[in-house]
Amino acid sequence: MGRLSVSLCGIPLDNPVIPASGTFGYGYEFAELYDINILGTFSFKGTTKESRFGNPTPRIAECTAGMINAVGLQNPGVERVISEELPRLRSCFHKPVMANVSGFSVADYAYTCERLDAEPQVGWLEVNVSCPNVHGGGMSFGTDPKAAAEVTRAVKKVTKKPVIVKLSPNVTDIVSIARACEDAGADGVSLINTLLGMRIDLKTRRPVIANTMGGFSGPAIFPVALRMVYQVSKAVGIPVVGMGGVSSAEDVIEMLLAGATAVEVGAANLVDPWACRDIVSALPRTMDKYRINTLEEIIGGAHSWQKT
Amino acid sequence: MRQGIFTITENVPLAAGVYRMRLAGDTSAITAPGQFINIRLNGLYLRRPISVYDADGDAVTVIYKTVGRGTEQMARMRAGETLDALTGLGNGYDTAPAGEHPLLLGGGVGVPPLYLLAKRLIAGGRRVSAVLGFNTRSEVFCVSEFRALGCAVTVTTADGSCGEKGFVTDVLPADYSYFYACGPLPMLKAVCRACSAPGQVSLEERMGCGFGACMGCTIQTKNGPRRVCKDGPVFRKEELPWDA
Repeated sequence: MGRLSVSLCGIPLDNPVIPASGTFGYGYEFAELYDINILGTFSFKGTTKESRFGNPTPRIAECTAGMINAVGLQNPGVERVISEELPRLRSCFHKPVMANVSGFSVADYAYTCERLDAEPQVGWLEVNVSCPNVHGGGMSFGTDPKAAAEVTRAVKKVTKKPVIVKLSPNVTDIVSIARACEDAGADGVSLINTLLGMRIDLKTRRPVIANTMGGFSGPAIFPVALRMVYQVSKAVGIPVVGMGGVSSAEDVIEMLLAGATAVEVGAANLVDPWACRDIVSALPRTMDKYRINTLEEIIGGAHSWQKT
Repeated sequence: MRQGIFTITENVPLAAGVYRMRLAGDTSAITAPGQFINIRLNGLYLRRPISVYDADGDAVTVIYKTVGRGTEQMARMRAGETLDALTGLGNGYDTAPAGEHPLLLGGGVGVPPLYLLAKRLIAGGRRVSAVLGFNTRSEVFCVSEFRALGCAVTVTTADGSCGEKGFVTDVLPADYSYFYACGPLPMLKAVCRACSAPGQVSLEERMGCGFGACMGCTIQTKNGPRRVCKDGPVFRKEELPWDA
């Protein structure tokens, strides 16, 4: 075990840095830029039972210190992911990968997870119950504790792999959703998905995003994400994967102190395609600066702090 | 794709709201005409994709129109300042099928990427004609540059204040082997309807990353979903579902 290594649901990671789903494709395009095996793992593009074109364009809007996306789960569908994308992924990435799954019904989630469970390289199933960009699915499962628990139970029945439920911040009480997932058998939770947001073009007086609203991500949301990671990790006994605006080694350390066991990096990859490589390489010297011996030992380090 | 730091050696106005910026630095990733670069600007989160006007071993030149905060910020920059840019993005135009007498069709700030294309086609011994369309005289730029390369240039303006009155599709020459177009979407659709010869068009879409990761700029084609930034921006006429 190195200084940077952590264990996520029983699977060791060389470091806690994980490119987030939807910002890293199926890995192979980034493998042309650097050796992606330096990563802890990565979460591949959200996969659904059927292929999806996604939403009309514009799907992207810029914001102060962030961006809105409304891609809408564009993906070739689980069968083609297995037959076309995973072989290409295998050629350039040799560690367990996190499979990100979305659905429009409980049966959808279970079907897609069962298909991906059969893939040896899939280490974890990250079950996205929090996509803000699709109707009649996605986030609707993640804003109600009962529905989130129902998806979790259905997925747990079809896989022995660790199930990490990806949670939405667009709720009144994220802790109650996380607890419901834990009670239903989730092996971990990851948070936060994007915050529902919108922009209006002053020239046209219409929403910038064709779908009107989209998911807001980027450095602007980091404090909100950190707060939720802190609250959830204090309340549950399963590992928490922290994400939301993480852009630097300092941000990774802050997330771990808040209680995250591993950290996903999303929007930063889109602005700087080498962002995750640079975060991994900056971790040792940043740990030295803050007198951190191993990352494992600082997880939840901020929990014990009490106002005196 | 490469990331590099570029030094601005020139940033001058060419026409109303249109500027030419020359950036010195490593241009080795720029392999085809019609590619673009993605520029990072202080205080703005997303990079700004700008098409390449010209590139040689030491510098890349872009021509851009001020349409928002990013391009307005670029217009205020001075020679000597530096910019972080990703270069060599997009597929670019394929010159192989051009034939003897290719036709270039540019509209407004769609004109610049056709310049390096014209240069390459002429270097390859092709006889190149260009129809460059603008809204009005004050927005016309680059006509003498295309003529200096040896292109037969026709200028159109929507209001008739310079060259022929009308759109590029109103003055299509009778005889050409292939067409290459870049401009606003309605123009490109009209060009594809009006041109009987095969050709390629360069599309524009609001982008997140510019290198194929985010799926922010996907369009539907006859061959399925394609990313404008990575699979494009240049598409063959036959790929686009614009028949209606």
